Amino acid sequence: MATSDTKANSDVLTTPDGTPLKVALKRTLWHRKRNALLLVAPLFLFVLVTFLFPIFDMLSRSVDNTALVEILPNTTALLAKWDDSKGELPGEEIFKSMVLEGQVAAKEYNITKVGKLLNYKKSGMSSLFRKTGRKLKRFDPEKLETNYTDMLLGIDKEWRDIEVWQVFKRQSGIYTASYYYSAFDAKMTANGLAMKDENKQIYMTLFVRTLYMSSLITFLTVLLGYPIAFLLASLKTRTSNLLMILVLLPFWTSLLVRTSSWIALLQKEGVINDFLVGIGLIGDDSRLSLIHNQTGTIISMTHILLPFMILPLFSVMKTISPSYMRAARSMGATPFTAFRRIYFPNTVAGIGAGGILVFILSIGFYITPALVGGTEGTMISNFIAYHISNSLNWGLAAALGTILLLLVLALYILYDKIVGIDNMKFG
Amino acid sequence: MALPLHAEMSERIWYYTFRTLCGMIFFFLIFPILVMFPLSFNAEPYFTFTPEMLSFDPAGYSTKWYEAFFTSGTWQAAFRNSFVIAIISTLISTFLGTLAALGLSRPEFPYKTAIMGILISPMVVPLIISAAGMFFFYSRIGLQGTYIGVILAHAALATPFVVITVTATLVGFDNSLLRAASSLGSTPTRTFFHITVPLITPGVISGALFAFITSFDEVVVVLFVGSVNQRTIPWAMFSGIREQISPTILAVASILVTFSITLLTVIELLRRRNERLRGVSAA
Repeated sequence: MATSDTKANSDVLTTPDGTPLKVALKRTLWHRKRNALLLVAPLFLFVLVTFLFPIFDMLSRSVDNTALVEILPNTTALLAKWDDSKGELPGEEIFKSMVLEGQVAAKEYNITKVGKLLNYKKSGMSSLFRKTGRKLKRFDPEKLETNYTDMLLGIDKEWRDIEVWQVFKRQSGIYTASYYYSAFDAKMTANGLAMKDENKQIYMTLFVRTLYMSSLITFLTVLLGYPIAFLLASLKTRTSNLLMILVLLPFWTSLLVRTSSWIALLQKEGVINDFLVGIGLIGDDSRLSLIHNQTGTIISMTHILLPFMILPLFSVMKTISPSYMRAARSMGATPFTAFRRIYFPNTVAGIGAGGILVFILSIGFYITPALVGGTEGTMISNFIAYHISNSLNWGLAAALGTILLLLVLALYILYDKIVGIDNMKFG
Repeated sequence: MALPLHAEMSERIWYYTFRTLCGMIFFFLIFPILVMFPLSFNAEPYFTFTPEMLSFDPAGYSTKWYEAFFTSGTWQAAFRNSFVIAIISTLISTFLGTLAALGLSRPEFPYKTAIMGILISPMVVPLIISAAGMFFFYSRIGLQGTYIGVILAHAALATPFVVITVTATLVGFDNSLLRAASSLGSTPTRTFFHITVPLITPGVISGALFAFITSFDEVVVVLFVGSVNQRTIPWAMFSGIREQISPTILAVASILVTFSITLLTVIELLRRRNERLRGVSAA
């Protein structure tokens, strides 16, 4: 026993101060890990506070319904328990709570907020609540004649409409999915979820249009970018570096500069139309409308995003050894077969990388569609901006934003799988 | 890829067709940028070439849009704002981004992929979502419509570019240089300033340039987070295009293109210097 103990002790290597080497190493490693983390910590906190938290906060508005519950706490609680499937109006208890809480809310000028929130679900709610609020402000509970039900029905006969209460009940929780229903052009009715009328389905049309335009732009960038990348990769370095400037200059030029120059080129009295009229291809009275429609958005976005396709394609093509093609040719392949069977399959990864990058960038585009898109060339981002600054329907803006973000994140994970974040480079 | 002497007819035809095609695509890429320069000297308030311009009549040309830019208080204020905001946010993002890149590049760094994902998220999230989120949050804490708000927002948007560029510089970093310095008796601080700093400087500078461009060119976030006082050049252009369209915008655009050509040259020179320093440009 004693001998084996001594043997074991002598096996353990120690540092000069007697701590076992394993422990000392572990401690050093831990120190290094901590130091590395400490270096990253400031940026991590910075991004968390200035960026990630605001975004989560905004996106949480898409399910947030606390405003309504805070203004009418008791009524919403009672409505949540009320069974709306019987087709009867709620009981006196709910009417009483509505009148009393409504009066407090009216005095604090909050009741119109409730009306506004409910108006997204059923038009007419806003005016109903405004009118009710006005009357309630002057109402004295001491002078109640019969009961609260009759009193409220006396203010506006709309309260007799069971649908008003059903809509109200569906909005009485702290969380709501209703903004997401709206974002998918659906609505909650007494019989469950239903799609809106065909002619009212704006958001599905919008999503489909955004995806369609982004796919078309991606396709066009592949079509135009592939030959350029191929040419650049096969030329001598000196020449290709020179031609690369023609790709990098647009890449580095401000987005607004490029958009405004496309406006100068594409508009009715613009350079392209003037040129076509000048050479007599089209008449002065039949100038093409190239801008403030989808054509304008697609042309200018293809131009803006083309470098994002050329650069990854170029870096992939640079790695393909020319001897592959020579080998194929020497074994009797025609140039076309050699390209199709040997070169092209090697570039698929590059097309994938560039394609996803262009697609991600284009579905989130805002500025260019806003300036050259008119009404039919706008994308999902433009509607999010509209709901934030014009219609003030923030819940819906947040819901649309969440859907867009999830889409982008999914594509981004795909991009990471193909390219890897670490391999991302610019210029 | 010159055409060999023995090339067949079909190959010759294909060769010249392909070259022509590429020429046309290059034209598509560069024409919209170059066309602004002559258009910005238009004597008339149009966005197109007037007959006088096409006949090279000096009367068709004028520098009045440049004068308009240099004398207008709004444009000058926008110019100043753009620079102030871009410079300060570049300093913040370069400092934080370089520190983080140094940490991330250490081999013992844990959860690298996840943390890297979070750090570069400002580059991935569509701008309109970032803008909306910051608008609501900064309004609540009273930073909406202030320089600090816009600067913080731009710094956040720019850090991913710094992190990625500096990390890329550190990929080829030879760690034995640090060990050599230590074994020769250098303190960690001294090693950092004498070995690490000179080697990563090109990466840091090009990261800073990316950060600067990101802020200088950014418009969506500044539209939401800023107020009229923080109006930058891109913002002024955006509202200029929407409201009263005038060739002043083209004059500004031409100035910006000249500016970006200068920056591009600087970056290219730095890249060459970096490759030379690391000895990879021998090939």
